[in-house]
Amino acid sequence: MSQNVLTPPPATRVDLLLIAGLVAEKSRVLDVGCGDGSLLTLLRDQRGADARGIELSQAGVNSCVARGLSVIQGDADTDLAAYPDQAFDYAILSQTLQATRQPRKVLEDLLRIGKRVIISFPNFGHWRVRWQLGFSGHMPVTENMPHSWYDTPNIHFCTLRDFVNLTREIDARILSARAVKGSGAPMRVHAPWWFWNLFGEQAVFMLERG
Amino acid sequence: MSVSDPALSRQGASLPRATPIFRAPVPLMTEGGIALSPLEVAYQTYGTLNAQKSNAVLICHALTGDQYVASSNPVTGRPGWWPTMVGPGRPIDTDRFFVICSNVIGGCMGSSGPASLNEGTGQPYGLDFPVLTIADMVNAQAMLVDHLGIDSLFCVAGGSMGGMQVLQWAARFPARVFAAMPIATGARHSAQNIAFHEVGRQAVMADPDWQGGRYLVTGTRPAKGLGVARMAAHITYLSENALQSKFGRKLQNRDARTFSFDADFQIESYLRYQGESFVERFDANSYLYLTRAMDYFDLAADHGGSLSQAFQGSQTRFCVVSFTSDWLFPTAESRSIIHALNAGGASVSFVEIDSDKGHDAFLLDVPDLFATTGGFINAAAKARGLGVKP
Repeated sequence: MSQNVLTPPPATRVDLLLIAGLVAEKSRVLDVGCGDGSLLTLLRDQRGADARGIELSQAGVNSCVARGLSVIQGDADTDLAAYPDQAFDYAILSQTLQATRQPRKVLEDLLRIGKRVIISFPNFGHWRVRWQLGFSGHMPVTENMPHSWYDTPNIHFCTLRDFVNLTREIDARILSARAVKGSGAPMRVHAPWWFWNLFGEQAVFMLERG
Repeated sequence: MSVSDPALSRQGASLPRATPIFRAPVPLMTEGGIALSPLEVAYQTYGTLNAQKSNAVLICHALTGDQYVASSNPVTGRPGWWPTMVGPGRPIDTDRFFVICSNVIGGCMGSSGPASLNEGTGQPYGLDFPVLTIADMVNAQAMLVDHLGIDSLFCVAGGSMGGMQVLQWAARFPARVFAAMPIATGARHSAQNIAFHEVGRQAVMADPDWQGGRYLVTGTRPAKGLGVARMAAHITYLSENALQSKFGRKLQNRDARTFSFDADFQIESYLRYQGESFVERFDANSYLYLTRAMDYFDLAADHGGSLSQAFQGSQTRFCVVSFTSDWLFPTAESRSIIHALNAGGASVSFVEIDSDKGHDAFLLDVPDLFATTGGFINAAAKARGLGVKP
């Protein structure tokens, strides 16, 4: 059965659909920080993926296990090291990079484990964030970053430009990059970096080892 | 037979004949290189095997467990040992699945063990019984499963020593295990665990009534030694928090210290009771044999030192469970299992359940364990074509 068009189940996050669209059929996929398993279920049911996950919360793991997914309770900072090289076609990190203790090491591990890495994160360079910090003088709180500074799990924010610089530092090749507007709609592809960095609320990158 | 011993009659004659006993048609060649014959395996089943014989679940019991997983134990009169997990409408639902639970060999609830009659001598084996391994237990279970006409088990599940058997099943008979649930266990026995077991064994052997293991013939009972062994072991099944919150420094039925070695503290009284009630139902030599089998367990060593090699290419679906306060089989032990399963490319889920109940949590009313198990079993049943739970 060939499924070229992804049919979103109700209430699927747009960035998840965007990620799922990057995954080739019948792939082996590891979703790090897989939550309740929404993306893995989408990948399994509509992409025929062999879908695995890592999730920190017990409730999340239980939800995944009940969906028939293979998910391990653990976290990106400590549990990626145990995976063999190139074990997956795709290693996915969705909205989690900013919550890791060592984003650079996590990214390097992902590049080692997955032939390709798909990564999405909130862009700290978005104009609304800059506005809140630059003109109102307080830590930004937005729809994608809803936490106050004192209770946020997000400890390593970066801008889209910072992330691109990191990929250069660790010698990763950018295979594709998409920025997503607040509405969740992808931005037009040929916009320059500065434009993305200012107007993209989230970014979705696909990388491989350089 | 010239043995007229109360202990033996308790182990043998009064043993409920209601329990079916499988008599193996061929000897069991033990890992230690001894042909064990006759080989008997006492077991219980619950529920109905479907026409495709695809809904069988094997439950493996822990060190001091038995085949009465979901029905009352005729020796103690107490309910089955896993009533919260196995039964009608439970996570392992006997209305849907055919559940098998057998007494491990080396045990003392009807399967061949050191209290069994050695046909060569006409007396109970005692220490002439061959030292067994977890693999031997599993091989005997496999003969029973063959006898029941079942090729492939839908699920093999168990905690602690039962979890070791689950891992052994998955490593030795991967094609016969559709889903595996090792709970609160490890792929090897740690030095600390061997140490605790050795304390227990030495306590048994230090009891003069043990008689070099020949107590069934001499008509004595090493109750003191086995009781002390149980007391020490029981501490390892709990957690410091659980002990502190349950007992603290509370005194037992008294207002002040007695300045004696009486059981002043509740915890002392509790442990003494645990020891005393244990010796009523358990054979001391069985305790030596089963603890030894756990000590010898090292799945990686059996596979060239690499645990992932044990599960290479396995198609079994695994769900590994640990508990935060379990210091006998801490979460790190489970993690090394899942790392190996991952490295071997197996399908594995893992949950660390938050509980202050220590190692024994797997036997107790821990709703998160039931939620995990129910979800895993239902999803696996669906994948197996056994339908979804209504």
